[in-house]
Amino acid sequence: MSAGIIVLIVILAIVAVVILFIWSTYNGLVTLRQRVREAWSGIDVQLKRRASLVPNLVETVKGYAAHEKTVFENVTKARSALMSATTPQQAAQADNMLTGALKTLFAVSEAYPDLKANQNFLQLQGELSDLEAKIAYARQFYNTNVRDFNTRVQVFPAVLIARNFGFKEEGYFEAEEAARADVKVSFSN
Amino acid sequence: MSRSASPTSSISIHDAIAANRRNTNLLMGGFVLTVGVVVFAAGVVLGLPPDVSGIVAAVGAGISVVIAWLLYRSSDSIVLGISEAKQVTREQYPELFRTVENLCIGAGLPMPKVYVIQDGAINAFATGRDPHHASIAVTTGLLQKTEKLELEGVIGHELSHVGNYDTRLMMVTAVLVGLIAILVDVMLRMTWYGAGARKRYKGKGEGGAGVLLLIGAIVALVLAPIVARLIQLAVSRQREYLADASSALLTRYPAGLAGALEKISKDDDPLDVATKGTAHLFIADPFKGNESSLNSLFQTHPPIAERIARLRAM
Repeated sequence: MSAGIIVLIVILAIVAVVILFIWSTYNGLVTLRQRVREAWSGIDVQLKRRASLVPNLVETVKGYAAHEKTVFENVTKARSALMSATTPQQAAQADNMLTGALKTLFAVSEAYPDLKANQNFLQLQGELSDLEAKIAYARQFYNTNVRDFNTRVQVFPAVLIARNFGFKEEGYFEAEEAARADVKVSFSN
Repeated sequence: MSRSASPTSSISIHDAIAANRRNTNLLMGGFVLTVGVVVFAAGVVLGLPPDVSGIVAAVGAGISVVIAWLLYRSSDSIVLGISEAKQVTREQYPELFRTVENLCIGAGLPMPKVYVIQDGAINAFATGRDPHHASIAVTTGLLQKTEKLELEGVIGHELSHVGNYDTRLMMVTAVLVGLIAILVDVMLRMTWYGAGARKRYKGKGEGGAGVLLLIGAIVALVLAPIVARLIQLAVSRQREYLADASSALLTRYPAGLAGALEKISKDDDPLDVATKGTAHLFIADPFKGNESSLNSLFQTHPPIAERIARLRAM
C-alpha cells in the first residue's frame, strides 16, 4: 500500500469522525430544544385554563362588589395581556400581573361575607389556587429543560455547532418578586 | 419523542434509565435461558436421547419467551392484584389526584393510574413498564396519617421511580421472584410428600420417582439463592437514595418526604398485603421488622434513619 493511499484513508476517517460529531451534536440540540418547547406548551395549557376562569370569577364577584372597579380592571387587563402574549417572557410577565391582581381580588372579597359563602365563588377560588400550583410546577419543569438546553448550547465543543446552526439560548419563565410586591390591598375604593 | 426529563442532573438519570433497561433485558433473557437449560437437563436425566431433549428444551424456551413477554405486559396488574390495590377515580380521592397530577406536571410525566390499598400501614409503591403505562398505589394509612406536604414527598419519590424506569425492573423482578418462590415451594412439598409415599409403597416404581424428587430438590436448592440475587439486583440503596433526592428536587421541600419517612418509622403497623416478591417495591420495608428470617435475609430497604438524615441535610 503506497503512502498516498494511507494518507487518504486517514483523511477520510477524520472527515467521517467530524461529520458524525456534527450529526449527533446537532440531533442532540434539536431534541433538547424540542423538550423546551413541549415543556412550554405544558405551561401554556395551564395559563389558558386559568385565563378562561377569570371572566366567570369577575362576573361572580361583581354580583356582590360591583363598585370595586379598579380591581376588576386590573384583573381584566392582566388577563388580556396574558391572552395576547407571544413569548414565554411576555407570558411570564402577564401571568405575574394576573397573580397579583387575583390576590387583590381575593383579599377584597374577604370584606363580603355573602360572596365568601357563594358556592360558585368558592369553587372558582379552589380551582384557581390549584391552577396556580400547576403553573408553578409546569414552570419548574420548563426552567429545568431550559437550563439543560442552555448549558448544552454554551459548553464546548457543542457551542461551535450551536452557533453555526443558529441555536439560541431560551429564556426562563420567571416568577418576579416585583410583581408580588405590587399587591396592595385596599378596602377604601 | 416522548422521553421525559427528570428534574435531577440529566446524565445520572439517563444512566439510571439505561441500566434499568439493560438489567430488565438481562433478567428476562436469563429467565428464558434458565428454563431451556433446566428442561434440557431434566430430559437428559430422565433418559431421553439428547436430540429429543434438545427439541423439548427449545419448546420450553419458546414457551418461556411467551411467558416473559406476558410478564412484561402484565406484571403491573399482577403486582397491583397481589397488593389488593383498587383503582380509584378523581371524584373519590380529589386531593390525592391533585397531588399526583401537579407533581407529574413538575416532572414532565404523563398522569399514571392511581390505586388505593385499604390498609392502615403507611406505605406506597409505583409500578409499570414505562411512564406511559405506570400505576401508583398508596395505602389509606398514608392518606390518613400524613400531611399534604408529606404526601407530596412520597408521591414525588414514587414518580421518580417511574421516570427512571425503576418500575420496569422492579415489577419484572417482583413477578419472577413470586414465580420462583411458588416453584420452590412446590418442589419442597413434592420432595416431602414423595419421601412419605416412598416409605409406604416401598419397591413400587422407585427409580423414576426418586430421580424426579432428586431433581426437584436440586432445582429448589439452586433457585433459592437466585431469588436472593434477583432481589439484590432490583433493590439497590442507590436507587432509593436517588429517588429520595429527585423527590426533594421535584417538591422543593425535602422536609416533606423526611417527615413522611419519620412517620413510617414510628408507625409499627405492618402492611398485610406485602409479599417476599413485592416488598422491594414499597417506599419503606412493609414488614416492619416482624418478618420471618427468610425476608430479613434479603434486607430490601436502606435504613430509614439514614434516608431521613440525608433529606434533612439537603
